Amino acid sequence: MTQTLSSPDHASSLVDPDERRGGTGTLRFVLTRIGGALASVVLVIVLGFFLFRMLPGDPVSFMIRDRPTSPQQLAELREQLGVDKPMLSQFFNYLGGLLHGDFGTSYLERRPVLDMIGERLWPTVLLVGSATVLAVAIGLWLGIRAAWKHDSFFDRAQTGIALTLWSVPQFWLGLILLVVTNGVFPSRGMHSPDAAPGFLPQTLDVLHHLILPCLTLLAVFYAQYMLIMRSSLLGEMNADYLTTARAKGLRDDLVRRRHAVPNALLPTVTLVFMQFGMVVSGAVTVEAVFSWPGLGQLVYTSLHGPDLPVLQGVFVVLAGSVVLMNLLAELLYRVLDPRVRTT
Amino acid sequence: MLAAGILAAMPLAVPAHAQQGKTLRVALITGIDHLNPFTATLLAATQVGRLNYEFLTIPSAEKAEPAPALAESWTTSPDKLTWTFKIRQGTKWSDGKPVTAKDPAFTFNRMLTDETARTANGSYVSSFESVSAPDDATLVIKTKTPQSTVSLLDVPIVPEHVWAPIKDLTDPKTDTAAVVGVGNGPYLLSEYKQNEYVKFKANKDYWRGAPKVDELQLLVFKDAEAAVNALKQNEVDVINRLTPTQFDALKGQPNIATNKAPGRRYDALNINFGVQNADNQPIGNGNPALKDIRLRKAIAQAIDPKTIVDRVMGGYAQLPGGIIPSVYSAYHWDPADAERTKFDLAAANATLDAAGYVKGGDGVRTVPGAGRLELRLSGHASRPYDQRAAQYIGGWLKDIGISVRSELVSDEELNDRSNAGNYDLYIGGYSANPDPDSVLSLHTCSARPNAQGKGANTDTFFCDPQYDDLYAKQLAETDLGKRAEYAKQAQARLAGQYANVVLDYQNVLEAYRSDTFASFTRQPQPEGQILEQSGYWGLYGATPAGQQAASSEGGGNTGLWIVLGAVVVVVLVGGGVLIGRRGRNADDRE
Repeated sequence: MTQTLSSPDHASSLVDPDERRGGTGTLRFVLTRIGGALASVVLVIVLGFFLFRMLPGDPVSFMIRDRPTSPQQLAELREQLGVDKPMLSQFFNYLGGLLHGDFGTSYLERRPVLDMIGERLWPTVLLVGSATVLAVAIGLWLGIRAAWKHDSFFDRAQTGIALTLWSVPQFWLGLILLVVTNGVFPSRGMHSPDAAPGFLPQTLDVLHHLILPCLTLLAVFYAQYMLIMRSSLLGEMNADYLTTARAKGLRDDLVRRRHAVPNALLPTVTLVFMQFGMVVSGAVTVEAVFSWPGLGQLVYTSLHGPDLPVLQGVFVVLAGSVVLMNLLAELLYRVLDPRVRTT
Repeated sequence: MLAAGILAAMPLAVPAHAQQGKTLRVALITGIDHLNPFTATLLAATQVGRLNYEFLTIPSAEKAEPAPALAESWTTSPDKLTWTFKIRQGTKWSDGKPVTAKDPAFTFNRMLTDETARTANGSYVSSFESVSAPDDATLVIKTKTPQSTVSLLDVPIVPEHVWAPIKDLTDPKTDTAAVVGVGNGPYLLSEYKQNEYVKFKANKDYWRGAPKVDELQLLVFKDAEAAVNALKQNEVDVINRLTPTQFDALKGQPNIATNKAPGRRYDALNINFGVQNADNQPIGNGNPALKDIRLRKAIAQAIDPKTIVDRVMGGYAQLPGGIIPSVYSAYHWDPADAERTKFDLAAANATLDAAGYVKGGDGVRTVPGAGRLELRLSGHASRPYDQRAAQYIGGWLKDIGISVRSELVSDEELNDRSNAGNYDLYIGGYSANPDPDSVLSLHTCSARPNAQGKGANTDTFFCDPQYDDLYAKQLAETDLGKRAEYAKQAQARLAGQYANVVLDYQNVLEAYRSDTFASFTRQPQPEGQILEQSGYWGLYGATPAGQQAASSEGGGNTGLWIVLGAVVVVVLVGGGVLIGRRGRNADDRE
């Protein structure tokens, strides 16, 4: 999905050259972007439907596996699920449902897909969201430090550590953490069945469960922010305006904070927004290792069968969130970088 | 400030059960779709129904044969069409209302009249004519044709007064503790956290006597390795579905006991003997040479189940007979020496020589009137068993002059191929139930797909008048001994036609904390499995080890406070150092 994101240069070239600064120009820009985003979502819906139907497998025979089932029951089941209808009529049923906010019913669990996505959205946002926020904060901070003192021991050590963690398989790191912490943290889920009722104990219980999976994701995530920040700051290091700033007698710390970092931050903003779009896609393997009840796990279990309505629904929600975040990034970019507005 | 708040709040978060009695924690490796027993189809969900509700009859712990439960006794009419059950009196639902014959009558009638109610267990009522309760102690079931399966209906009986007012069984409230919590099984559902856990409290008024533990927790694990780790770290008491590798690693660990039990599943090599659909039209792209029973027999002679058991399964399997595993001893067919197709490569080669399959210079035989004898062997890429078994089978077939191309594919792809008859050989299998009907029905003519390729639940595409006749006889026979005889003859017929070659019955591998639990009731006895039984015996019979064991919980939580404290300290100190360094750096560089 990386390809769907416009790079900053691309974003600026897309701005209408005739556009005048002011209300109408901005409005047209915003409307064009929103229109583009809506078109992407429609494309995703159509693509999602036909793409998943190319998967092998027969959901009905998967569902009745190892259960006594009579041929009459099988026929009833096929009719209930509507899998016997022609594909085009299935497609229009699906579209009609979507217009009413109905994502269909899961083959496997026979519950509304929207409910299943809904109950798993919050755990995933909590886990991947908190890991992303921490990764951004730590990654940017380390990246700035490493670039400012590039080729120092700190720089080389930090880059090495980050690259190593970036290449480690997530599930493996998760399992290792589980074994090493020796039962200090719970190994499954988001809630303990033994936690006392009440807001505070419940919150602490969730935090207790959150630590290990969050740490696993953090360890893998932060490298990209660090390396992007480091390289874009390195690009600014020899710029004339920094020499000017130093010549004015500013402290090194101020030169970095007020002059270098804001300019180097722009590519990172793009990356951060792109990652926030991916937050809902969860982390399939980490959610599996820690039995975290999130969307990633739902995708994983739905691939067996396959449970087409769930896969379609999740696909639309995921792609929709990526499109939305890209839209926000483009709009925000205009605010952050005056060059985009005045081109 | 925040850190201080967290520290202050910690004592509040001490687990509530630390002060209560004994808790049994079970790792669930499979998911739960519904609590509603009419719509719950996933294995773990049906286990919830087994614990929460009583059944009319139940497979006994001793031999997995029909035994009294809600019904004290039952009789059949001379024409075998009317079954009269005497319902146990004086037992109560957990809300205090008495359990009567009207409850099973309601349950079955709901299934007969409501399509949604047939979702999970509809096959059991498909031959029912009517169900009635003439009085509180009598239930009468009439069937259209004689059905021996009525003696063991795997259907949880629900309370009429709770479920009758619910008109729509897809209503989400049917999956809540408010509705499902009213039960009469050994454990009563008390809390359900979707995708995470199910909690039960012991039914102190259970008619067989209260369980020996106070609380039961089924905890969802999505990763088998994480579940094994949780057992080692005393986060769960029992786990199952272990691989031989995991099982061996747990053997001999302190405070852990392992259980190797006979399994309910048969593994088989299915042979495409020229399969046809229900209209007797040939389907699929199987090699026509396999229509020759002599070739199929040679393949069976070239397969050594002993090597499969010892080498592929590392000893964690049983030698095969028919398609009903030995765990169901009454119905299991164990061929006599004369009947058995023995592993004998020389005999297999002789069979093929005599049939005119001539060996070429490269050792591969030629099909009379056709080309080289080449077969495709499919299997599940996801199963290590299939990968290893395919290697051995390919090697043996090569020894008798058959060239084999191994094709391991995804479960879904294999399912597509086998349903369409697009295979020569593939590794498959099924799980049997205490009642032999379901596994025997997989090989009847009517189980084959229709002309559109739909409606099939066949395993082998087998269609044989003699087999179908034996199948019908066992279904109509209510005397267990006579029925078992028909079931064994049917298995012998299937084996003799070489539509498949049963390879083994895999063991069920389980493990539990021996420091927290002394024993569980096995099914069948003495060496059967604990979890995933056809019944509630395993968890109902859980016997805690001495009381001293319960204290280990505290250790884990002390650890939590230490770590949380450490995190807070690191954050505070780290933050302080950072702020300090920032200032110092600024000074240095000015």
